[in-house]
Amino acid sequence: MSLMKHLAAATATLALTAGMAAADPALIFDLGGKFDKSFNEAAYEGAQRWAQETGGTYKELEMQSEAQREQALRRLAESGANPVVMTGFAFGDVLAQVAPDFPDTKFAIIDVNWLDLANVKQVAFTEHEGSYLVGMMAAMASKTGTVGFVGGMDIPLIRRFGCGYAQGVKAVNADATVIANMTGSTPAAWNDPVKGGELAKAQKSQGADVIFAAAGGTGIGVLQAAADEGILSIGVDSNQNHLHPGKVLTSMLKRVDNAVYEAFKAGVDLEPGVQVMDLKAGGVGYALDDNNAALVSEEMKAAVDAASAKIASGELVVHDYMSDETCPALTF
Amino acid sequence: MDFATLIQILDSTVRLATPLLFACLAGLFSERAGVFDIGLEGKMLASAFLAGSVAAVTGSVWLGVLAGIFASLLLSGVHGLASITFRGNQLISGVAINFLASGLTVLLGQKWFGLGGRTPALTGEGRFEAITLPFADAIAPLPIIGPIYAELISGHSVLVYLAIACVPASAWLLYRTRFGLRLRAVGENPAAVDTAGVSVIGIRYSAVAICGVLCGLAGAYLALGLAAGFGKEMTAGRGFIALAALIFAKWRPWYALGATMLFGFLEAVGNRFPSIDLGLFAIPSQFVQALPYIITVVILAGFIGKARPPSAGGEPYVKER
Repeated sequence: MSLMKHLAAATATLALTAGMAAADPALIFDLGGKFDKSFNEAAYEGAQRWAQETGGTYKELEMQSEAQREQALRRLAESGANPVVMTGFAFGDVLAQVAPDFPDTKFAIIDVNWLDLANVKQVAFTEHEGSYLVGMMAAMASKTGTVGFVGGMDIPLIRRFGCGYAQGVKAVNADATVIANMTGSTPAAWNDPVKGGELAKAQKSQGADVIFAAAGGTGIGVLQAAADEGILSIGVDSNQNHLHPGKVLTSMLKRVDNAVYEAFKAGVDLEPGVQVMDLKAGGVGYALDDNNAALVSEEMKAAVDAASAKIASGELVVHDYMSDETCPALTF
Repeated sequence: MDFATLIQILDSTVRLATPLLFACLAGLFSERAGVFDIGLEGKMLASAFLAGSVAAVTGSVWLGVLAGIFASLLLSGVHGLASITFRGNQLISGVAINFLASGLTVLLGQKWFGLGGRTPALTGEGRFEAITLPFADAIAPLPIIGPIYAELISGHSVLVYLAIACVPASAWLLYRTRFGLRLRAVGENPAAVDTAGVSVIGIRYSAVAICGVLCGLAGAYLALGLAAGFGKEMTAGRGFIALAALIFAKWRPWYALGATMLFGFLEAVGNRFPSIDLGLFAIPSQFVQALPYIITVVILAGFIGKARPPSAGGEPYVKER
């Protein structure tokens, strides 16, 4: 019995100190997992950059299933982490329930812009603009006039990637064909490289010679199959050019790392509200490095940079699928 | 749909059906011996993981396959121990194996490679290369037969041919050998087998071991043949589709070939055509992808023939009551 008392006391002390070691920021990764070489990994890099620069520590948590979301969020908020940053639209509804219960904790959420909460910062990216740029490059690199798009889970956000991409393709070559496939309609679609590979092969057999994968871990399979089949691919979110040097045309960058870094840096003083990270603000773009330098011609770079400047100045408006759920350049 | 498209879809069908076929035959052996196995998914996942890891470290695809079979056999051993020796609930043991594999693969993968559960991408000797069958180039220009032989039959990895060969081999083993007769009898009426002086426990363990080897091949094919390495949760429900195929196939080897090929075909069609336009209305690919499950439910409900599982399935054998 005495032993039990000691144990109980020790646990209580632990719990107390855990509560007191507060004000560390926390980061929750979505189902794709921390090292998906893409979206979540970009968030991880942002957090690491903050940790290296400030010498601070942060808490992190990887989702294993849909059911954990609310529990995980409450757990981190109760432990005193501040701010709590989460990646992914899927947290939106859960956050709307949890955030009002912790008025003193700041939350930041990426890919969400529709919440109305006093202690939440929402960061939305204009993926359609970045996708437009890589779509132009795809159309210029394609010899067959047919390009492909492989999405992960079929959600409006991913359709926004596909729609921007198709608009970019059509801007260069109005007669080009865009083949679009979604991997699935459940979260398992983010982690199915085998299916991604099959989709890439199916698109190649229909004539596609450049394929853009916006599919998290599934995209690894798309890039692999494209490299095996001798065609080009386009990575997403993080710079994925290094996965198959010389075979990945470019990557559509989504600077999730900057969003996480800034949220961590602001700490408890995080400003609530909606922040749009668009092309102008450097939130999206395309990747150019040693691995793909030989694939990107001067002409290609000039055309994309010109379009980029036009988008930034507002002269060129890329249609956003999420604004009206339609796409002028592609039917899903 | 022209002929070339059909060949491409069938080619994709063969690739997608192979892991299902291995897993379906694996389940067939286990369930025919009276041990239900919903842990096919977990065993495939564990096998894919260890196969990917060993192939990445050693650079040898065959060592990878052996490691995959080893991982799957190990989990089969756990399943056998829980459900045969300790007479536990076979479904619960299967679920536990699925959870164990799902967590352990990511944990060990992160510990060993630090890539968040993925294994490093495989290249060259670490992957199965496509085999070009003899005369494929010579026959290719012929009409009809050429593309069928050169593109559909030739050009797969060796495990695909092994999977197809496993079908007659399984049928022969189950229906033409003494061991097969006993295995089927153990699933229908273990007491009779016991009375004849044959060890029920021994036969069931053998069946579960065969199941482990076949599941190991399924997982190894996923990681080394279709993808280039292991990725977290990469089986994506294929073990459960294989179970559905097993019911659809009414626990028979040749039917299993037909069922997995049909399911593979449906997935390939869904991949190729995001929506199928029938003129009046369009069928979305989600419907095509859900068809395997719908068909299975229809079969189970008894609308098309009757699927009767082995009578002693799910029951641990107790010698004396």
